[in-house]
This record gives sequence, structure tokens and C-alpha cells, in this order.
Amino acid sequence: MTKKLVVIGAGMASGRALEHLFETDAGAYDVTLFNAEPRGNYNRLMLSPVLSGEKTYEQIVTHDDRWYAEHNVTCRFGEKVARIDRARKVVVGEKGEVPYDKLLIATGSTPFMIPLPGHDLDGVIAYRDLEDTERMIGLGATPGAKAVVIGGGLLGLEAAAGMAARGVEVTVVHIMGHLMERQLDEAAGYLLRKALVDKGIHVRCSANSRQILGDGTGHVRALLLDDGTELPCDLLVMAVGIRPSVALAKEAGLEVARGVTVDDHMVTSDPDVLALGECVEHNGALFGLVAPLYDQARVVARTLLEDTAHFVAREVSTKLKVTGCDLFSAGDFAEGEGREDIVFRDPARGVYKRLVLEGNRIVGAVMYGDTADGNWFYGLMKDGEDVSGMRDTLIFGPAYQGGAAADPMAAVAALPADAEICGCNGVCKGRIVEAIQGGAGTLDAVRAQTKASNSCGTCTGLVEQVLAVTLGDDFVMPAAKSVCGCTDLTHEDLRRLIKLQELKSQPAVWQELGWTTPNGCHVCRPAVNFYLLADWPLDYQDDPQSRFVNERNHANIQKDGTYSVMPRMWGGMTDPKELIAIAQAAEKYGAAVKVTGGQRIDLLGVKKEDLPGIWADLNAAGMVSGHAYSKGLRTVKTCVGSDWCRFGTQDSTGLGIRLEKKLWGSWTPHKVKLAVSGCPRNCAEATCKDVGIVCVDSGYQVGVGGAAGMDVKETERLVDVKTEDEAIEWTAAFIQLYRENAKYLDRPYKWIAKVGLDWVKAVLADPAERAALNERFELSQSVYRKDPWAEHVHNRADRYQPIADITLEAAE
Amino acid sequence: MSWIDIGHIDDVPLRGARLVKTPVGCVAVFRTAEDQVFAASNSCPHKGGPLSEGIVHGTKVTCPLHNWVFSLETGEAQGADAGRIATYPVRIEGKRILIDAASVGKKAAA
Repeated sequence: MTKKLVVIGAGMASGRALEHLFETDAGAYDVTLFNAEPRGNYNRLMLSPVLSGEKTYEQIVTHDDRWYAEHNVTCRFGEKVARIDRARKVVVGEKGEVPYDKLLIATGSTPFMIPLPGHDLDGVIAYRDLEDTERMIGLGATPGAKAVVIGGGLLGLEAAAGMAARGVEVTVVHIMGHLMERQLDEAAGYLLRKALVDKGIHVRCSANSRQILGDGTGHVRALLLDDGTELPCDLLVMAVGIRPSVALAKEAGLEVARGVTVDDHMVTSDPDVLALGECVEHNGALFGLVAPLYDQARVVARTLLEDTAHFVAREVSTKLKVTGCDLFSAGDFAEGEGREDIVFRDPARGVYKRLVLEGNRIVGAVMYGDTADGNWFYGLMKDGEDVSGMRDTLIFGPAYQGGAAADPMAAVAALPADAEICGCNGVCKGRIVEAIQGGAGTLDAVRAQTKASNSCGTCTGLVEQVLAVTLGDDFVMPAAKSVCGCTDLTHEDLRRLIKLQELKSQPAVWQELGWTTPNGCHVCRPAVNFYLLADWPLDYQDDPQSRFVNERNHANIQKDGTYSVMPRMWGGMTDPKELIAIAQAAEKYGAAVKVTGGQRIDLLGVKKEDLPGIWADLNAAGMVSGHAYSKGLRTVKTCVGSDWCRFGTQDSTGLGIRLEKKLWGSWTPHKVKLAVSGCPRNCAEATCKDVGIVCVDSGYQVGVGGAAGMDVKETERLVDVKTEDEAIEWTAAFIQLYRENAKYLDRPYKWIAKVGLDWVKAVLADPAERAALNERFELSQSVYRKDPWAEHVHNRADRYQPIADITLEAAE
Repeated sequence: MSWIDIGHIDDVPLRGARLVKTPVGCVAVFRTAEDQVFAASNSCPHKGGPLSEGIVHGTKVTCPLHNWVFSLETGEAQGADAGRIATYPVRIEGKRILIDAASVGKKAAA
């Protein structure tokens, strides 16, 4: 007698299982198929092409009415299953019971809706089925329509791109720092973001949603972010993840963890009930991609036919179905002990490839821009093939395997004269050789004459090889010192390229400039962080995790792990109220008290946990951070000047305070100390400061480039001016010039030694240039002239405490 | 192993660390750019620098005091420096960070 099979859920997994079942033994079962959606199986993966208009719904139907009829499947579409009665072996539908010998649960998953206030408003949808897709298509018909997508994963981005293709203005809001963080590393995420932004899609990463706002009639109006931004929208799509639909199975008393628990044969805790697809959990794993589901379908069909088959979870690969965004991700690309990276970047073409190797096997691959070899790598990975023999050329793909190892010099020598060396400026080998034979014997000379390697810089190595081949032994490779092991670029080149290519994020720098490590190291990260914030104050956000401890914690770490806390004393002036607050804070937190050389008071020995507390106390008395820990403005030392001193020629204290109020909070390549002395007796020791001003009867002598540390150096005169305002204008312009040009960790005197004081003077002598520098400095200060202590007390005080204390319970 | 929940993964900054007080002393919990989590001694064997305050790059951390670099996976000092920090089993379940109780000197729950 034919056995009865009931299937709950007509999705891609159960559809494939039925195909296998009928192929192997068409008459084994009478099949009844329940589906809550009023239709049969269609290819859900293809909803995105339907959304973008590249396909129609009819084209993505996999099983039509005729197919079900041919295979005698009783379809109960649009009917929900009320419950499963395992004791009587029947499935209870809304329109009646159906008995079964075997039951297959394929209830799939439901989209997870973040329970934000307003999530139940009309116009807030998921991206799951044809209805959702049609809502989004409908929006495209409205001129000027706006949509917000929460979730920068695979589904969210496909929804965003689809709507954008239909003319909707779309903003993607993603909580993580880069898009598709589960499939992509930062570098690939950066390239993806760039491509989406080029398509006109707005992307906001590291953005927390706070509330969905209604328009008063129950329809969505906007999404409100934690930072207070309102994103207006007519439709809000949540694509933040899925959850297995397990309610039916759970009610039926089947074993359920996160999903319906199945064994290797896809059998649940009841031997007559099988399950597959996104609703199951196998060995602790859930499934969201189609490849393992098809494997499960094969196993289900075999199990139903009492054949033995085992489901083995395998590595899966991902591709994003957005036209023009070519990306591929497979396996595990986290770094690990014994794991090695092979990274290939071609900034000009926007290509990034990264292979992760472990024990001579590929265990992960991320590719962007050129994914042609993705399946080849995926094949090597799946088969666990030993790649040691082709390792040198592996990253270039199957076309480059076999043959002798290439000598780069021979390759360059063999290039014809019209071979392009520098893609940015269109310079061919012949032109470079001509310049060299005309006397350009160094990289700089070739660069100056031909412009080769003058833009993105990635062909620098090639140009050097052309020099070497042309000059023979006469050519000496320049020994420029690179920033660190992550790059061959020098600090100077790095700064130049960040400006020239308008690189505005760390992943942008790593990708476009070909970093050899995934996310830099402790040497380059602080430097890159500074260069970015100095050049793009409004676009780039300071990254505390790329700062040394003192700047991250806004206090100076001491050798015993405690911190010193130093409030600002403008121009070295204080008053009884501040001194009382400092004394009370010192007593309360057990701090040692030291008067510093910068005319301030240092509180030493404060525990990290106490930092927010002592800051709040000092803030309450009107004091702010003295930045005694930063590569930035430290202190402006002054004498009492004409206010008190019988020799004072000008108000040196007042000028010092004005300078400090203008410059405080600014980040600089290294620390910056100022002083203002009221007369040439120089009590404020202004002539050994980074900027030192000496007041004289006729005005102000502004000196720069002094030092009193490892090197002792007297300042050199930058300019003499008549008024306080001019002294301030020149000082700020000088600081900004230093911020924009110096190498990270060069004090001004070192930087001046490299560029020459004459150059500095020549630049600053132009009033227009000074004004522009002042303007750029003020723009940056609009972001950075604020008290970090107050901000940390309000926003991140908890970060100063241990995440957990598990000593107490253990004491029992 | 007996696992204790010590917090949510987002409580630890990306490419950063937080401290956990345990019976064996302060343990640093690190989170890499790839969202991997490691637990290791907070104290550098060189001069006792607090490693939780170091810059996290790849699966390594650099001590803030004198730039010793340690692998978070093995605890071994990298490069020319010789030394090792203790590491402790830690894992992620959902978004929660769990640490192995026994390894940090905590008796199994009664």
C-alpha cells in the first residue's frame, strides 16, 4: 500500500526533497503539501532580480500547478496548519485533518523584526516573500519616494539596490562598522560600500536605530537614530536576520533547540517526523543559504525511501545579487594561529582578493571586484587540496598555474616600449626609458619628468625596475623608510596619497594603498588615524582603538597601571574655587599631587575605574581636560606680564589664555607646547617651545621649532607682528600647516628641519594662505574643541569598569 | 568545561579589550576586527604593562608600555622578544561571551 507523506511548507528545500523522492521512486508516497502562502514553490533567491526588474515572478516559479498535478501532490495552499497530533499521526489543517505515515516539517523561518517602538506601523515590512517584494516594487511607482533599510547584510543590500534601481531614494542603516560583516572583511566591505554609494544609495554604518516615527495616521514617517538623525521614509524594510519557525514542532512536543533538532538522517526526535531547511538545527548549526538545504533535501528523500544517507554540513559560498557589485565569500576568513593570508589588491580596478591558508589548504576566500576565480578557489577549498605547489601564483587563479617561476626583472626587460607602466597618467615604458637616458637617474626625477607613479603610487616598484634595467649597476634603489611592515610607503607618500585620492577611512587606505595586513599594526594605525582626521575632519571619525592608551583613556598611564589626571589651567591661571576642587578630588581618590613644569597641577595614582568619577568632579568645578597625554596642544605657559610685572611690555597672560582657548583639543602630529613671555627676560621660557612668543614694546616676536627634551633647541624667528590678533593668526596658521604636512611623531623642529624654515615662512607670508589655514583649522576645531572628559563621563563611563567580576561568587 | 557568561560581545570594543576580575587576577578579554574573542592575562611579562590597553591588530596585541607584541591565540611573544602570557578558553554563544570557569580558578557551580 502506498504510504502517506504530509509536507508542511512549500519552500525551496521541501521542493527539492520532493523532486528527489519522485525521481527515485515516484509511487512510494501519496503526498499532501501544505503552504501558508497562497501559492506553490518559487525560487526565493530570485526575489531580488524580481525587485530590481531583471526578472518577473513567472520566471522564478520552480513548481507550477502542472508539476504538482503530474506528481499527484494534493496541494493545500493558503491553508495554515493548526497543529500536529503525533499520537494519532494526523496533521490538523484549517480545513480538516490529513493522516500521515511520515511527516516532513519544512516551515522555514520568519524574519526577525527588531521590537523598536513603532515597528507595528503600516509601511514597516520584512523582506521575505512575494508580498514584501511587491510592496517595494509599488514604492518605485511613486515619484520622490524614500525608503530606509535596516540591516546591511545580504538581504538588506539586495532590497536596497532593488529599490534604488526603481528610482527610490534608499538609505541603508547598519549597526556594524562595515557592510556584510559576516561574509566580508573590512577591506571588501569598504569596496562594496563605495559601489553602493556610487549607485546613489546612502549607507550609514555603526548606526543604532532608536525609534520608528509615525505620521499620525498609523503610517511610518521616518526612522530616528540614536544620534538624533531622522531619516524620512515612506517604507521601512527590516532585514536584520531570520529565526527558525519552530512553533508547530514545539507544540507537537518535538525536541527543539534554536531550530527543530535533527540527526544526520534529518529525522527529528520522533522517528516518523523529518524536518529540513531553515527551521532545523543540526549539530548546533542553523542554515540560511541554499546549498546545504539542497544537501538536506537529498538526505530527506533517501531517508524516506529507507535508504541510508548522512547530512554533512559543508563550507558554503556567498554571492551578492546586485548588478555591478561583484563579491564572493566562502569559508572562514578569520585570522588564526597557523593561518596565513595571501592578499592581492589592485586599487585602480577596485579589486581585492584574500585567501586564508591553513596547513597548505585554502580555508577561506573573500573577493571583490573580480570574482571570476571564486569557484575555482571554492573547489580547492571544498576538496581540501594541497596548494603548496602553486602557492606563489595561487592568488592569480587557474590561468597562471604551471610554468616556470617568473623573474620580475626579466619580465620588465621584456616589456615592449609601448607597454603602459603608469595607468593613472598613461605613461609607457618607452617614455620612461627616454627620460632616464636623458639624465633622469632617480625615481623622483622620473616622476617629475614623466608623471609616472605620481598619482596612486602603486607602479612605483615597476618604475624602479625600469630604472634598474635601463641604468644597470648605476642605479641604486632608494632606501626610503616605510611606515611599517604593513606597507612600502613612506609617511610622506602616505600623507600625499590620502589627500590626492581623497581616502577618508582606514579600510580605504588599506585597500587603495595596498596594505599587506588586514587591519594594520600598532605602528601604522595611530599614524593613519591622525592623517585621516587631520585631512578630513568632518568626514572621518576619530578611532579610539587606533590610539595609544593615554589618548584612548584621556589620562597618562603610569608604570603601575594607574593614571595621572591633569585639568587645564588656562595660561597657568587658577583660582581658589578650582584649587579647592582639585584638593578635594585628590583626597577623595587618594592621588599624589605634583606641580608640573607646564604651570598646572598633576594628580597621580588614580585607578582606571575612578577616572570617570574624578573627571565628573573636576568638570563640576568648571575644569576640563588638560590633554597632558595627547599628541595635541598641551599647555601655554605664561608669565604675569604687564598685569603685574614692572618689566612686562604686553599682556602675556591674556595672550596665552587666548591662544590656549583657540588651540585646545586639536590633535597634532606630536605634542605641541607653547609659551608667552612678557618681555625678553623670558620668564615663561618661550624660546624652547614649539611656538614661543616673546613680547616686546613694539609688539610680538613669534618663534617656532624650539625643543627642550631629548634635543635642546632654541626657537627660530618666524615673524614679528604688531598686534595680539596677528600673533594668534600666525600661530594658528603655523600649527595647521604642521598638522597638514608633518610626519606623525615629528615635533615641529624635526618637521621644519625637513621642509626648511624658509618654505614655512614663504607659505605663511601669503595673507590668503594664512587665512585659508586658519579657516581649515577652525573647521577641524568645530569637531575637536570640546572636553573629552565630559563626553566620556556621559557616554562611556561603563567602559572604564571591568566587564564582569566573577571573584565574588567563587569565594563561597 | 564549565562556562560562565561574562557579558555581551558589543560590551567589548571592536579591536579592543575589557577586563574581567577573576580568582586568578584580572583577565583581559579581547575582540578582534573579525569579531573573534580571546582571553589572556592582562599583565605583560616584561614590566607588567596592562595588555587590555594595547592596540589590537589582527589576532595580536601590542603592550602599551614597551610595544611587546603577543599572539592572542598562543600567548607567545612575537618577534625578537621571548615570553608568554597565559590564555584562557573563551567562546561566543549567540552574542554572549563565555569564559571557562575552571581555568580562571573558579570552582564549578555547586
